[in-house]
Amino acid sequence: MNDMVEVDATHGAAGADAEPVVPVGFIVDLPAYAGPLDLLLSLIRDEKVDIYDIPIAHIAKQFLLRIRVLQLNDAAEYLELAARLLRIKAQMLLPRHGETETWEDPRAELVRRLLEYQQMREVVDILERRGDERRSRFARAYLPESGQTVAAPLALSLGELLTAVDRILRVTREPTVHTVVARTLDVAGAIAMVRSLIAERRNARWGELVARDAEPWQILSMLLALLELAKLGELRLAQPRPFASVEIEHDSPGEAA
Amino acid sequence: MIPLVKLLEAALFASPRPIPVEELSALAPEASPAEVASALDTLREHYDVDGHGVELAEIGGGWQILTRAEYTEAIERAQLAARPQRLSAAALETLAIIAYRQPIGRTEVEEIRGVAVGSILKSLQERALIDVVGRAEGLGRPLLYGTTPLFLEQFALRHLEELPRADELAIALRPAPQPL
Repeated sequence: MNDMVEVDATHGAAGADAEPVVPVGFIVDLPAYAGPLDLLLSLIRDEKVDIYDIPIAHIAKQFLLRIRVLQLNDAAEYLELAARLLRIKAQMLLPRHGETETWEDPRAELVRRLLEYQQMREVVDILERRGDERRSRFARAYLPESGQTVAAPLALSLGELLTAVDRILRVTREPTVHTVVARTLDVAGAIAMVRSLIAERRNARWGELVARDAEPWQILSMLLALLELAKLGELRLAQPRPFASVEIEHDSPGEAA
Repeated sequence: MIPLVKLLEAALFASPRPIPVEELSALAPEASPAEVASALDTLREHYDVDGHGVELAEIGGGWQILTRAEYTEAIERAQLAARPQRLSAAALETLAIIAYRQPIGRTEVEEIRGVAVGSILKSLQERALIDVVGRAEGLGRPLLYGTTPLFLEQFALRHLEELPRADELAIALRPAPQPL
């Protein structure tokens, strides 16, 4: 029992993780694990057991012990894996009847995940090494992070300054009051116009619908009318290329296209 | 040195980023790709053989002039430049998974790591090491992540294929042995 309480503090999975690990009490040298799989893998390594034939009862016990000692037992992800281990343990304890070919090792999924995780740790080692290699060499240019440019000193005579002040005062002396005339859009009228045009011609172009000197409210009315009719499925809008005139085509669902 | 070598050296010196070969070739339209390649070799040899404080490195799909590693500490001590911060183990794990499985969604990364990675993905994205590269077809159309050119640059990789293939890793995924 004594060896179980011993925690291998030399475990080297260094690096701070964002795990919500809140050590309570006095813990010296808390090894940082990158996650429950990392902890389980290091356990398997320390216990020197075969990853393809994990003594699940023993490992589950060790795992529970460690998360308690490491004060990780309030971290959901560690608890989830602990629960999974216990479930596999229970499945292993169930008696097997008859043909063994159909029996699927309940540990298989865990083994697959562990191997996958271990493989990824290998890549991490490679990335870490290469990253360090690159970090130890500087590129020539230094990119300022804040993009601040130093402003040139202000060169201005008193006369120029006063002229500028005068200009500002004159501009602001009489505020211009705009009268905004509300113009309602005539979407219904535009719809009627498009309908009658389309009925006799089957297709038209934007340029033909809106006069060259059309006022904004007329343009907007026409635009809304076309969108509305397209939504209703009465016509189809197409533009062969950007900024080309919009082509309007009759598209009655009742007729063949 | 021939003029082409000097031209490439000047361009590489001026650029804060690795310059792709195509862009280097565009500097001298009359030079053939083979000439550009050999000019780059000449320049690299020049730095290596004659003993310079800088070297020419092929990184992130391009070429870049870098200081030699042995002078890093001195440069840093003099506060002329600072090394970028190291990534945490958790961030590196996440990055490794994305590098191999891209495009990959958050759920799949979490499945492999066994922990939530939402905040890590965000910080990796802020550091421009990964980016959203699309959306999956499945429910909710989750975002898919992939690595960026800056990832290659910061890990001194010429291209993604430079990472060992999955089956080249020491612990290749092999089918579990048949139960007894």
